[in-house]
Amino acid sequence: MAHNVPGVLGQFVHVDGACEAIRDLRKQGHRDLTVYTAAANHEIEEALGDPISPVRLWTLIGGLTGCTAGFAMAIWMSRDWPLLVGGKPIAAIPPYVVIGFELTILFGSLATVAGIIVLSMMKSLRGRPYHPTFSDDRIGVFVPCGYDHAPEVERLLQEHGSVEVSRDA
Amino acid sequence: MAVIAHDPSRPTQTHGEVTRDVLKTITDAPTRGYYMLVGLMAFFTLILFATLTALLKEGLGLGGYAPPIMWSVYITTFVFWVGIGHAGTLISAILFLFRSPWRTAVYRATEAMTVFAVMTAALFPIIHIGRQWIFYWLLPYPNQRFLWPNFKSPLMWDVFAISTYLTVSSTFLMVGLIPDIAAVRDHVSGWKKKLYGWLSLGWTGADSQWRHYSRAYLYLAALATPLVLSVHSVVSWDFAVSIVPGWHGTIFAPYFVAGAIYSGIGMVFTLMIPLRKVLKLEHMITDYHFDNLSKLTLFTGSILFYAYGMEYFVAWYSGNVFEQTTFWRRAFGPNWWAGWTMIICNAFVSQLLWFRKIRVNVIALFVISIFINLGMWFERYVIVVGSLANDYLPYAWGQLNPTWADWMILLGSFGWFGLWFSLFYKNFPIVAIQEIKEMIPMPRRTSSGGAH
Repeated sequence: MAHNVPGVLGQFVHVDGACEAIRDLRKQGHRDLTVYTAAANHEIEEALGDPISPVRLWTLIGGLTGCTAGFAMAIWMSRDWPLLVGGKPIAAIPPYVVIGFELTILFGSLATVAGIIVLSMMKSLRGRPYHPTFSDDRIGVFVPCGYDHAPEVERLLQEHGSVEVSRDA
Repeated sequence: MAVIAHDPSRPTQTHGEVTRDVLKTITDAPTRGYYMLVGLMAFFTLILFATLTALLKEGLGLGGYAPPIMWSVYITTFVFWVGIGHAGTLISAILFLFRSPWRTAVYRATEAMTVFAVMTAALFPIIHIGRQWIFYWLLPYPNQRFLWPNFKSPLMWDVFAISTYLTVSSTFLMVGLIPDIAAVRDHVSGWKKKLYGWLSLGWTGADSQWRHYSRAYLYLAALATPLVLSVHSVVSWDFAVSIVPGWHGTIFAPYFVAGAIYSGIGMVFTLMIPLRKVLKLEHMITDYHFDNLSKLTLFTGSILFYAYGMEYFVAWYSGNVFEQTTFWRRAFGPNWWAGWTMIICNAFVSQLLWFRKIRVNVIALFVISIFINLGMWFERYVIVVGSLANDYLPYAWGQLNPTWADWMILLGSFGWFGLWFSLFYKNFPIVAIQEIKEMIPMPRRTSSGGAH
């Protein structure tokens, strides 16, 4: 990966140290942080203070689209080729609930996956440093900053227990 | 001195140890035993496709289809495999919503089992339709005949239910795998690094990714939950919506769902007990997990016990001679052996799990799981074949004569399933690394606060 975003990368072993560092960095005006963890962590989420993901909207819209599509397809196709079955109406709603339900789940799920992909791509991570230990047992905090601010950021990360600090220019 | 009991739901390892132990199952060179297993499964798969080729050439007569039993071993096996596929999503999605801590260590294997079981099940309706090359007529698409499928038919509901279930369970499995594949990518080299890198879709575990991922996983679980319950309900309506004696019952949906979960967990035991030994994962998949899985088996087995009894009661209480005859013949007719195999293996054997000693004895559980698999196949055999063999008109009663093609396709289906599963567990993390890590508190500089 090309390291073309200038900044400082700190590696942490302790979660409380990483959270304190994130809070202090945010207080100093560093908002565009990238924090790497091997698993989702609520403490880090809280420290970053990001709003709830809008992916739920994707799920909702996908589900509603699927439900509408399921009923519409079954009703329209029944009317397009009318076939009287067992004395039931040509477009009978109760049996079509199954089709509507299945497509609600199908479209809702696929829209949710599309949501993860699109929303995750909205913040480009290209050019930001990454280390394989972040998928193992370390927490990475990358702070984009210019050459002038780097020493100050490095000091802050070390004060909060960063075990390894590197500068990427 | 007070003794503090260890919480069995909480893994005792560190994050680094979890990564190491799970990745070892992939990075260690395959043993000769593994190659033999894959070879055997590939051989059975070959038998499946060779028999299918013969069936394509000769037609369904080769498979022992004869009036009045025009749904036989293939539909029995279809329902069997769909049922197997239910435990995985129950454990991965429903127990996720319930925040059951014991699901974490076992859910990946069960989810993979689900996907491969549904892939196996999906073969059978296509085999069963006879003219397999036009199976796509089942799908609604504009065609030169200006026809559309009949959406009032339960068979069409089945097409939508099974294809949705296969898509959603595969999606759920793959989404769960992404962070773990990234962990594999970071620990291998060469072409494997490139391959796993491509499969991990650029996952780095950045906060901007976790933020959407964690929420999305919750919604996927919420969507998969009603789906699990609906799929086998829809399968049960293939039978219940008809008016064949023994099929036309309102209890069919919950009865089938309980049976599906019961059979699925049976297969989980059959797979996980040898697997954790072979992959040296005994410290991650422990007695605690088997104890909880056993309780779920006992619960669903007891529902089946009740359902079996209720079926006989309803047949007697209805005063309907056709229902009564069907159930009399299930117990004392020519197929009595199948009827009693189903009752003993499912209703009675499951009751052994009231005893904790049995619930944590892996050998006993493995033996019980074989009985469950056997009993659940025979349950479907009794329902499908038993009812068709004894319809309304005694002069039209008949007996099924399964042929070699039926048995070879049944055997081949285990090969097809086993081949996919054995390739999966050696190439992908069989235990969910990131979810196990989520349960392990990260190290802290100070001892206070922060636990969640």
